[in-house]
Amino acid sequence: MKFLPLVLANLRRHRLRTILTTASVALALFLFATLRSVTTTLDGGAQVSSASRMIVENSTAFVIPLPMSYAARLSSVPHVESVTWANWFGGKYGDGKKFFAQFAIAPESYLAMYPELQVPEDQKQAFLKERSAALIGEGLVRTFGWKVGDNVTLQGTIFPGDWTFTIRGIYHPTVKEYGDESFMFHYDYLYEKYPDRVTPGWFIMKIDDPNAAPAVAKTIDDEFRNSTAPTKTGTEKAFAAGWASMWGNVRLLMSTIGMAVVFAILLVTGNAMMMNQRERTSEVAVMKTVGFSDRRVFGLVIIEAAVISLTGAVLGLGAAVLMPIVTGFGGGFLPNFHVTPGTLLVGGVVALLLTVASGIFPAWQAAKLPVVQALRRVE
Amino acid sequence: MALVEIRDVSKSFKREAQTVDVYTDLNIDFEEGSYTALMGPSGSGKSTLLNLVAGLDRPTSGTVRVAGAEVSAMTPSQLADWRARTIGFVFQSYNLLPVLTAHQNVELPLLLTRLSKKERAERTALALDVVGLGDRVDHFPRQLSGGQEQRVAIARAIVADPTLILLDEPTGQLDSKSSEEVLILLRRLNDEFRKTIMMVTHDARAADNAKTVLHLEKGVLLERAGVEVGR
Repeated sequence: MKFLPLVLANLRRHRLRTILTTASVALALFLFATLRSVTTTLDGGAQVSSASRMIVENSTAFVIPLPMSYAARLSSVPHVESVTWANWFGGKYGDGKKFFAQFAIAPESYLAMYPELQVPEDQKQAFLKERSAALIGEGLVRTFGWKVGDNVTLQGTIFPGDWTFTIRGIYHPTVKEYGDESFMFHYDYLYEKYPDRVTPGWFIMKIDDPNAAPAVAKTIDDEFRNSTAPTKTGTEKAFAAGWASMWGNVRLLMSTIGMAVVFAILLVTGNAMMMNQRERTSEVAVMKTVGFSDRRVFGLVIIEAAVISLTGAVLGLGAAVLMPIVTGFGGGFLPNFHVTPGTLLVGGVVALLLTVASGIFPAWQAAKLPVVQALRRVE
Repeated sequence: MALVEIRDVSKSFKREAQTVDVYTDLNIDFEEGSYTALMGPSGSGKSTLLNLVAGLDRPTSGTVRVAGAEVSAMTPSQLADWRARTIGFVFQSYNLLPVLTAHQNVELPLLLTRLSKKERAERTALALDVVGLGDRVDHFPRQLSGGQEQRVAIARAIVADPTLILLDEPTGQLDSKSSEEVLILLRRLNDEFRKTIMMVTHDARAADNAKTVLHLEKGVLLERAGVEVGR
């Protein structure tokens, strides 16, 4: 600690350079943590998925719906306890800048299928009773200030027109990864307006034995293989993973960009540290003359690099943690987007590696500086 | 009693393809409490002698002992510790750290000791008082005159109470008034505080301030009168 004033004084020598270098590290770690959080959030959704729920979708493409008649046929498959369905609505509210997911659902069976969505009983009954009722997540209450009884009009994009709903319930997800920014309404309300176009987008089934999932999937997909709407059946977990894969090879893309940014900043930081050392050749020689050992000089340079890297890390990782809270980033597309403790840990390790990589060469140069030659250059 | 013993020291440098001999088998003692000025033409090896005594450079052969310790046999790590305890070094161009205040510059050698913060502050203040700069503790080097900077450098050299003070052209960049102040201070350190001083100088007035003046020429040390004292 007694050497800290010396380290800080050296960092204040070129304030602007130190600030810019620290800001570079902060930006790099902010980007690294944010990009990594996209993949951990996608993975998180898959991790918490129920093992006893399965999804049936169109094998040609997720966006192509399935016939309603499949509901009854799915119910008769061995191990299937219950079936519900949903459809993507794709509307917008107001200027559409704030995205949130909207689903047309089979209300009773859907809420029975997802006990993770907790709704007060009176609100649930009110939602079930009214055809134009909507059930919204707490996140939308925070974002738009909506409350039970409010009328909300969405503009349909897939299903054109103004769609007015009355909010009758607010759900609270017991598992954060399910997100609290969804807007759900009655499938029948959608079907009434577009009976020729509306069929379920996907079916959700509850099975009595998670171990039977592969057999159930095979039975269903075999049954519909030669139909006009062949199916792809999988566990909810596989569905969530498939949703992530729709983004392309997100993990590779994100990690490549993240590491490229970190590497670029390593060069910037290393260069700044080298410049600092070159400018201080005579001072290092003087310090050695008064008794600073090679090891101590090495340590002081590494500590300087550490102060820059770790301050940058605290700022960058802190900003990454605060960003989704302050801006609401993630919201509908990435429910429960947040920086995990694991990402913070990896960010900390990256900062430490940055310290070592950027500081080790200038520190080694300073430690090995021949005092007499350095002093002769000055004198 | 000899504080510094130089025995059979040879020193040579490689300059491109040539080897330049500075001394061959140099022998000389510097007594405890002595105040010696080393004079001689440029390239005669005066500063090299200081560097050898301070352990900043190593002899090609021979031994250098200071206060009984064989400097020329120490490892770099041992030398660093030993220098912190034993040597105070003053340079021609002051070489204060520009980002530190006068107080912090003087405190620098004490950071290597086990002294508490309070003890370090007391000793630093005392050293600055001795050099007459007790009222300039928070000034940065750029806010001080050349003479004041050199006095801060001397305070840094004495703050750890070293056995030996080595000065390389301490008045080389000072005007006559500042030189006078520095020389009076050195005399006082020798007379009052019994510090052993070795000073390299081209300045005749600085040499007059010392108790002994040695000339180094062609690898031979001569006393002012031309009597050879070391070879």
